[in-house]
Amino acid sequence: MRPTRGATSTLGRGARLGAVTLLALLFLVPLYVAVVAATHPASAFLRGVPVLPGGDLLANGRQVLVRGLPGTPSVPRMLLNSALMAASVTLGKLLIAVPAAFAIGFFRFPGRRLVFWLIFVTLMLPIEVTFFPTYQVSVQLGLFNNFGGLVVPLLASATAVFLFRQVFAAFPLDLVDAARLDGAGPLRFLAEVALPMARPTLAAVAVIEFVYGWNQYLWPLVITSSPSNATIVMGIREQIAAAESFAVPQWNLVMLVALLALIPPVVVVVAMQRWFVRGLVFQAR
Amino acid sequence: MGIKDALRSFRSRKWLGMAAALTAMALLGTACGSSSSSAAAHGSSSAAPSSQKGPVTITFWSAMSGALGQTLGHLVDEFNASQDHYKVDLVYRGTYPEVLSDTIAAFKAHNAPNIAQIFDAGTATVMDSTGVYVPVHSLMKEYGYQFSTSDFIGGAASYYETAADQLDSEPFNSSTPVLYYNKTELQQAGISSPPTTWSQVATDAAQLAAHGVGCALTSSGAYVMWTDMEQYAVWNDVPYATEDNGYQGIKGVKLELDTAPFIDHWNLLGQLAQKGEYRWEGLSTSTVPLFTSGTCAMYEQSSADLTTILSGAKFPVGVTELPYDSSLPGAPQNTVVGGASLWVLAGAPKDTYAADAAFLHFMMSPQAQDYWAENTGYVPVTKAAAAQLQSQGFYATHPADEVAVKELTNKPPTPETRGIRLGYLPEIRDAEASAIAEILSGKETAAQALAQAQAQGDKILAEFAAQYGS
Amino acid sequence: MAARRRAATRGTFPGWLLPLALILPELVVVGLFFLYPAARVVEDSVTASNAFGLSSRFVGLANFRALFSGGDELHSLEVTALFVGVTTLVAMALGLFLAVQVEQLGRSRVLFRTLFVWPYAVPAAIGGTLWLFLFEPGIGPGARLLADLGVRWNFALHGPQAMVLVMAIFVWQQVGYNLLFYLAALQGVPSEFQEAAQVDGAGKLRTFWRVVFPLLGPTTFFLLVMDLLAGLFGSFAVVDLVTQGGPAGATSFLVYQLYRDGFVNSNANLAAAETIVLLVIAGVLTVFQFRFLNRRVHYR
Repeated sequence: MRPTRGATSTLGRGARLGAVTLLALLFLVPLYVAVVAATHPASAFLRGVPVLPGGDLLANGRQVLVRGLPGTPSVPRMLLNSALMAASVTLGKLLIAVPAAFAIGFFRFPGRRLVFWLIFVTLMLPIEVTFFPTYQVSVQLGLFNNFGGLVVPLLASATAVFLFRQVFAAFPLDLVDAARLDGAGPLRFLAEVALPMARPTLAAVAVIEFVYGWNQYLWPLVITSSPSNATIVMGIREQIAAAESFAVPQWNLVMLVALLALIPPVVVVVAMQRWFVRGLVFQAR
Repeated sequence: MGIKDALRSFRSRKWLGMAAALTAMALLGTACGSSSSSAAAHGSSSAAPSSQKGPVTITFWSAMSGALGQTLGHLVDEFNASQDHYKVDLVYRGTYPEVLSDTIAAFKAHNAPNIAQIFDAGTATVMDSTGVYVPVHSLMKEYGYQFSTSDFIGGAASYYETAADQLDSEPFNSSTPVLYYNKTELQQAGISSPPTTWSQVATDAAQLAAHGVGCALTSSGAYVMWTDMEQYAVWNDVPYATEDNGYQGIKGVKLELDTAPFIDHWNLLGQLAQKGEYRWEGLSTSTVPLFTSGTCAMYEQSSADLTTILSGAKFPVGVTELPYDSSLPGAPQNTVVGGASLWVLAGAPKDTYAADAAFLHFMMSPQAQDYWAENTGYVPVTKAAAAQLQSQGFYATHPADEVAVKELTNKPPTPETRGIRLGYLPEIRDAEASAIAEILSGKETAAQALAQAQAQGDKILAEFAAQYGS
Repeated sequence: MAARRRAATRGTFPGWLLPLALILPELVVVGLFFLYPAARVVEDSVTASNAFGLSSRFVGLANFRALFSGGDELHSLEVTALFVGVTTLVAMALGLFLAVQVEQLGRSRVLFRTLFVWPYAVPAAIGGTLWLFLFEPGIGPGARLLADLGVRWNFALHGPQAMVLVMAIFVWQQVGYNLLFYLAALQGVPSEFQEAAQVDGAGKLRTFWRVVFPLLGPTTFFLLVMDLLAGLFGSFAVVDLVTQGGPAGATSFLVYQLYRDGFVNSNANLAAAETIVLLVIAGVLTVFQFRFLNRRVHYR
């Protein structure tokens, strides 16, 4: 893209590449060890540490997906719950954030300033701040140990509204005026002009919210209790406990479940990196 | 609309309902669309009992998952099938603390279950919240069922009874810590019978080490405070806290951990730990594998874990009574139960209480108790059930199961060995766990660490007294 | 500002009913699940009641005094400050260092960005699980390595070890996030700036600190706040899985302490007071952030 800086010698470049590669490999160690563990029988780690992946992936996979660890919720069920939860958080967030940002961006209505600040105080505050009172309120509203409780309270975050508002704020003013001259109403403008122009942001928000929803731990932990509502991320705690109750701790199975739980968000972020980065960096603008 | 007005209108319930409905509408087919179906399927909205014709339905929140949950489910099914007036809806609500916090939150929302299974350490929290529950002894009397404290075995009745010897809740799943031992390793080290006193534990540890078993003893990971603080106190007949361990009141109660028996006991464990002969790896690390893999020769753990341990160990496992401190005059006295009891929550429709009483009556029947004991590691909590199990020859074929009952009924409880009735007991256990970590890592002496735990525990107790004292 | 005000009627649609209807769902959700709980918790924090909320009475600031009078809770504030301070510093320094290196790698930039960013996408609880196995005192490969090096490794018994482990996990996840922002910011630094400085004879390092780093100021500030918030709130899952606050409370950070007090001990009043403390800390950070963002975030 840019001309290489003159001062960078080949030797300096080699050293830099070496150092960065080494660090990158170091970052991969926990993942690699998990892969090694997940492909060996549990006993493999009793005496030493296997260096290469083994051949027990299928056997372990069958154990995890079909039989499961004793007393724990079914892994496929938890994966499904996580997927449903992440998808619902994403969709729900888009459905309420886009209209809200649109209203703030393209209307002047009474109380707009108040509404703006009421929503944006939550921008920096994750649910961990108020999870205790939010839990109490959710229970009162009947939103506990059900899918609604898992999803709806998580929608109370301003990140998505903020991102869309940033996009709408950057629209040329003439665009709206032109639309009004053409006799287009606000909803048509939203559908035919604003949304298509905000498509990159839609993708960015979708990635961020999906990962946000999938990765939740504390909230599912307090708001659900029956195994049928467990998600894979919060369910890992019970998997560990069950695995440790064996004479030979079944860490190979825990690592396999952990891999299953981290693949979706990591794949989404890596594959959609452009949008994810765009969304994140946009927050700092 | 100012923020004050906004908040005021938020406060009115009507507004809440409306807002909730609006939220639901706004989310259309996404979140709530799928929520309504799963909510119905999992009975989360089931707390409101129906009084239409057909059986009266009551909700029972439990913390039993896995195999325990299935066994409990079998009992509930049996009750439901035995008559057609009442129907119990069993709902698994997560871990013990989760059941308690959900029950609290639901009670505040006037949506409480009819019966909740509350763990031992939460007993004071519920018992001292007068008006929240219907005392079981008066409920049973009102509906004409035979129910008295003396129906239950010593360590179970005493743990849950009030200062006036009444039971406000019905003791249910009950276990007590016992000493598991590896018969092969003890034999190979030339130890003919397992230790009965703590000084024997120390000598046996040295002997085991000489025969290549470096670790003689380990304790429950999450519940070492239960085995070696609480049960140690009652088994050795030493006070754990003033006011008869809190049974006589909640104002001014103080711990008695900073005393010679506890200090001596933890000095001993600390010394063993320094040599690696006693091992405990922190609250979050399960110690079951240490025993079942043969690393440690003996294991202090709940009798409820019997089946897990038997299935995990590849050597003959012996079960015997906990060691006691031979220098203490009252030892061995009795152990008390750990586990949970069943509470009837107040504020439910009138017609549901008859169902509660009928179900609780069923749950203490020898038939239900024995099924429960035979299929889990728990002990039967009523004398009748224990006697029936005995007469059927169960203990003759399952001697390991009898150890817990023997400990619980070793001697009739004294005022100080009825149990531990302290508020915020989980928090006190946290403070003790901190002390234990300090002692075992050699950072503090037992005296220093226990003095700290006591100071912290007293502060916690004062807080409880301020909140619950009327 | 003046230009914007004049434009206020331009570029907008008339009417107020439609915008209110459009914004209502968002407002209701934020109101119900954030603003209302936040307001309600104030009441709980100044009362003493039993767990079920009966016999509630006003006690002023007694719950806050209990918080700051030593014992578990004060200790929790101290270890939280240590954890958040160290992890923020390390994660930012490492993020900046790596960003500077990666930025100069030309075409393999995206590859290396990916190699450092992926841990950020891993759910914190799962990241904690991987590391828990790695350093499990009995069989963990990392723990064995340490044992071979002569370290008496058992984070379940030794507070400082637990703290270091939790810090390492957190930094491992957060570095990629910082790298991402620094990388984007570095790409916005005109290379002529650096070249000019170098022509003037300034060394590479000097050029960086004198010329480039000041230009990264806004990013540094943004990341400082974000990392502090992430450390405060994002550490719960790791703590719950790896150390459960122990040993001896060494890793009982605020959010975890709050969880214990609220959900395990059923002490709603103390939990409420702790929530207020969290809200105040988070509020201060948010105000900082908004002031910084103000140039661009003021509502149109």
